[in-house]
Amino acid sequence: MSSERITKKLTFKTFRFNAETDFLPYFKTYEMEVGKDELVLDILNRIKWEFDGSFSYRRSCRHGICGSCSIKVNGKPVLSCKQNVWELVDIFETDTLLLEPQSRKRVVKDMIIDKKDFWDKHAELKPYLVAEIDEHPKEEIKVSPHEAEQLLEADYCIQCGNCYYACPAVEVNEKYFGPAQFAKAYRFNADVRDNAKQERLEKVREMGPGVWDCVKCFECAEACPKDVDPIEKITKLHNQIFEEGLAQDNVATRHAVGFKHSIVKHGLLDEGELVRYSEGTLGVMKHLPEAIAMFKKGKIVMPWNMPKSKNLDEIKTLVKSSSKVKF
Amino acid sequence: MAKLKYALYTGCTARESTPELLMSTLAVAKKLDIELVLLDEASCCGASHLQDFDDFLSLVLNARNICYAEKQELNMVTICNTCQLNTVMTKERLDRDEDLKSQVNEKLAEVGLEYQGTSSVRHFLYAIIDDYGLDKLAEKVVKPLDDFNIAAFYGCHNIRPSHLHRKHNAVETDVGEGGGEEGFENVELMSKYNSGENPYNPTSLDRIIDALRGKSVDYESKNKCCGFHADLQAPHTAHKLTGTALLDAIDNNADMMVTPCPLCHLNMDVKQDSVAKEMGRDIKLPILHLPQLIGLALGIDPQELGLQHNVSEPTFA
Repeated sequence: MSSERITKKLTFKTFRFNAETDFLPYFKTYEMEVGKDELVLDILNRIKWEFDGSFSYRRSCRHGICGSCSIKVNGKPVLSCKQNVWELVDIFETDTLLLEPQSRKRVVKDMIIDKKDFWDKHAELKPYLVAEIDEHPKEEIKVSPHEAEQLLEADYCIQCGNCYYACPAVEVNEKYFGPAQFAKAYRFNADVRDNAKQERLEKVREMGPGVWDCVKCFECAEACPKDVDPIEKITKLHNQIFEEGLAQDNVATRHAVGFKHSIVKHGLLDEGELVRYSEGTLGVMKHLPEAIAMFKKGKIVMPWNMPKSKNLDEIKTLVKSSSKVKF
Repeated sequence: MAKLKYALYTGCTARESTPELLMSTLAVAKKLDIELVLLDEASCCGASHLQDFDDFLSLVLNARNICYAEKQELNMVTICNTCQLNTVMTKERLDRDEDLKSQVNEKLAEVGLEYQGTSSVRHFLYAIIDDYGLDKLAEKVVKPLDDFNIAAFYGCHNIRPSHLHRKHNAVETDVGEGGGEEGFENVELMSKYNSGENPYNPTSLDRIIDALRGKSVDYESKNKCCGFHADLQAPHTAHKLTGTALLDAIDNNADMMVTPCPLCHLNMDVKQDSVAKEMGRDIKLPILHLPQLIGLALGIDPQELGLQHNVSEPTFA
């Protein structure tokens, strides 16, 4: 083994834009020799220190705690101070990496974005403990280990925004709260000392901004540098909405409950009936053009031909004995 | 090599709105001499929506499905990304949590079943790559697809979350000490040593297209979401996501798109007219299921592959 320092010659195609002076964004390329231990944050520093002092990005702790240095590399959300560069070369099988801000449409300067919508939505879900605190308590409030475990690591979130700017629902629906926000709402809903669970659930159950608009792509779970797994918390919020009896009767809740109705009847999902039940008899009419196109191609099973699982009795028994939630 | 044999969990869609998926899967399996035993006892996987309502019930039902593969001592293969993910999410939770497993088994005992965790659960796509082999597949090609630019659309639930994908879809291979020549201990690096793929740069479908001698299209949306799971409650979101991916493929000269997921297929294939309205651009692109594409290259009759059921008419076939 040679003790010589081994490096790779890499090219960084870097997004540049100054909202105050530039009409359009542009890219600048920087070439450098990169060692095996260098992180994306080291590259950002080297661009500023070795090439162009006007290059701008956020950084602070360098220890994966402050959440300020997140960017995207070749479309992958990374916390710069945790992401090894060679690893990216390996994933993307290329010597040219694209450095860009988390969200191009929110850019202020280079890698720096305006996170106002992120923080506004965050604040709207009361990301703090809401409780009547006795200023002179006789003893401390006790939280058992089991109760603390129910937070499911949701309090590890550092608000870096990786999940939020990777979320396709956020991308196309500006009202949607977003995965980090839901994870935080869950974190306090799961806290036994908190008293605002219902208030938060009444916000997250709304169609449009709420959990029902999640597309279940798992981009958030993949993007999180702290393994918070936001989509797991989104599922938990769905569950809480039903458990607390706060589910409204709408297309989204009927869509979830409709699965059980089909399964108990056929074992399999009755796709046509699920759409009819979810949308209601009037609402289903808007799907007519597609239903006709599907029918012509033999893609619609008539109710009398609906396939059923073998040993359907077992399924009926299990649905009866294992159901835990009511609607 | 011994004959490959699996228990096939078809999911609901292949029995209803995408009959062509089941037809083409069986036709390709027959051509490749792979034996598939249909799990007719299986129920719906809950598709993540039952999980939103009644998580425990979804665990019991998915565990029951796996039981039927275990009873036959067969590994399970799936042909729907969402079935794949929901089944392995159940498997993962039961295999890791003895207490939860016994709660589920208590229920299953009422119908004389017991979940053990002995069958693996993989998408059929990875069985073809890892067990059958791409070299062997390439040898069977009689109608090379070299006239076509083919856009691979991976579908979320086969690639994310990557830790589940790597554990269940990919064959675990020994990567040696430290995981690589530079001694990285990062699991993400391991993906290149087995058929697992990175969710930010997936390659399996492109490798299959390559084996069938087609030209695969390089486009950004290949690993993005089609929005299917919000179709009813957030149609604008779903249409925009489907439309963005379709137009991205079209703008990069795709002649067709191929997907291993019937839910992606439904959005991409059936909804092109309504998506075109949302996007303000014409959209016309044939969308094939993965086994339909493989079947065409293997010279299987298009009727047998169910191409007559595709709404986005694949007129080239």
